[in-house]
Amino acid sequence: MRWSLHNKRLAAFAFLTGMIVTAAGVAATAPVDATRQAELSVLLEQDCGSCHGLTRKGGLGSALLPDNIAHFTDEALIEIILDGVPGTPMPPWRRFLNRAEASWIVDRLRQGTSQ
Amino acid sequence: MKLKISIAAIALLMLSACAEIRGTGDLGLIIERGAGSIQIVQTTDRESLATIEGLGDLSHASAVYSRDERYAYIFGRDGGLTKIDMLTHKIVARTMQAGNSIGGAISQDGKLVAVSNYKPGGVRIFDAQTLEPVAEIPAIGANGERSKTVGLVDAPGQRFVFSLYDAGETWIVDMRDRNNPAITKLRNIGKLPYDALITPDGRWYIAGLFGEDGMAMVDLWQPEKGVRRILDGYGRGEKALPVYKMPHLEGWAMANGHAFMPAIGHHEVLVAAEGSWKEVDRIAVHGQPVFVMARPDGRQIWVNFAFPDNDTIQVIDVPTRKIIKTLKPGPAVLHMEFTPRGEEVWLSVRDDNQVIMYDTTTFAEKGRLPVRKPSGIFFTARAHRIGL
Repeated sequence: MRWSLHNKRLAAFAFLTGMIVTAAGVAATAPVDATRQAELSVLLEQDCGSCHGLTRKGGLGSALLPDNIAHFTDEALIEIILDGVPGTPMPPWRRFLNRAEASWIVDRLRQGTSQ
Repeated sequence: MKLKISIAAIALLMLSACAEIRGTGDLGLIIERGAGSIQIVQTTDRESLATIEGLGDLSHASAVYSRDERYAYIFGRDGGLTKIDMLTHKIVARTMQAGNSIGGAISQDGKLVAVSNYKPGGVRIFDAQTLEPVAEIPAIGANGERSKTVGLVDAPGQRFVFSLYDAGETWIVDMRDRNNPAITKLRNIGKLPYDALITPDGRWYIAGLFGEDGMAMVDLWQPEKGVRRILDGYGRGEKALPVYKMPHLEGWAMANGHAFMPAIGHHEVLVAAEGSWKEVDRIAVHGQPVFVMARPDGRQIWVNFAFPDNDTIQVIDVPTRKIIKTLKPGPAVLHMEFTPRGEEVWLSVRDDNQVIMYDTTTFAEKGRLPVRKPSGIFFTARAHRIGL
């Protein structure tokens, strides 16, 4: 269910982006390949983890386990990742992540950690 | 013949006994962040002596030492407080004292260990010998809510000082009567204090504010005078840059009568005169500073940076306040620790799984140790430093 919504959203985004085949456009719509997934896993664990904890149980930042984020839509979480939360230490990650990558991170957050 | 054998036996016994006797002054520990373990290291020969597993979630971990420098107390992210014997390499006591912690301190007399907790927000104090609980201080601010606590340090007079992140307060806890903690609460220090430092003489407590351009300072010689704002508006008129990792403040960044502190949201090191706390200078650096640490002699300041600039280290010459060296030790340099008199510095390079040692005069690499996802490095010389 969530996955199909996700795909629809990606498809809509790809459509909107249309034929603007700039380098950024390609990056924004390209699926997240295995190499990039490995990089994002490190980013999620280590850099998100520096405030939210390696196990996502929270630190100065809030806990990010599935129950903690259940009340947010995927879209809201993607926006938070890309644009940050003004007035709090949560910074915008748009400089480092495109929408598909933020969406991939949200999916990972929904899955929870193995611990 | 018999006599000869017994003499040989005694000599052998004495030899083996001698081999086991050593001091702890050149020992230290390195946190293995992902593995939940630590390595005990020896700085004279740059070697690892042991790995100790089973310390829980060390994603943010720090350590203090007993005054005899034999025991380390490790504060884990998951609320675990572990006492380690640096000589036998064994865990001698461990308690899960909270759900989520940020750090700790040891009292002036070495008999109490305090832990700063996020969940439930507050400070808990334990007997340093047994880790039995002594006091619990829920950090309920003037807003009536329980706050995360940050910037916990020891101060002279058997005191602990910490700040309330959510409530914006600084509390001073006098533990001279361990059964009756006397708490002084300083309200309205500013928005979102994220960490604090105490100067090496134990007089000035300075909290960094995430929510404001400025820092909140308490003179612990005259706490009744309350909190004073210093370096107010240091970023005024400039757009604050995003901060991808919270800076740390440590009391070591005092050098030559000046305090060197990370600006937040600005790629600068702020320099203030000790005492007046007026801004003297600001030094443009490579990224958002995380640790700004003075070499023990105060001649150099070493700075590491937040993501995405965390592959770099810069060295500032204190008298000229110029950057004299930029090093690229590797991906994700998380922490640095000087040897007790500062001829060498050890750097944690997390994503290379290495700790690298540099000569602080020539900047030549002196050695490396393989360490899994290293973060904090803590040498036993901290035992006798106020605030560490």
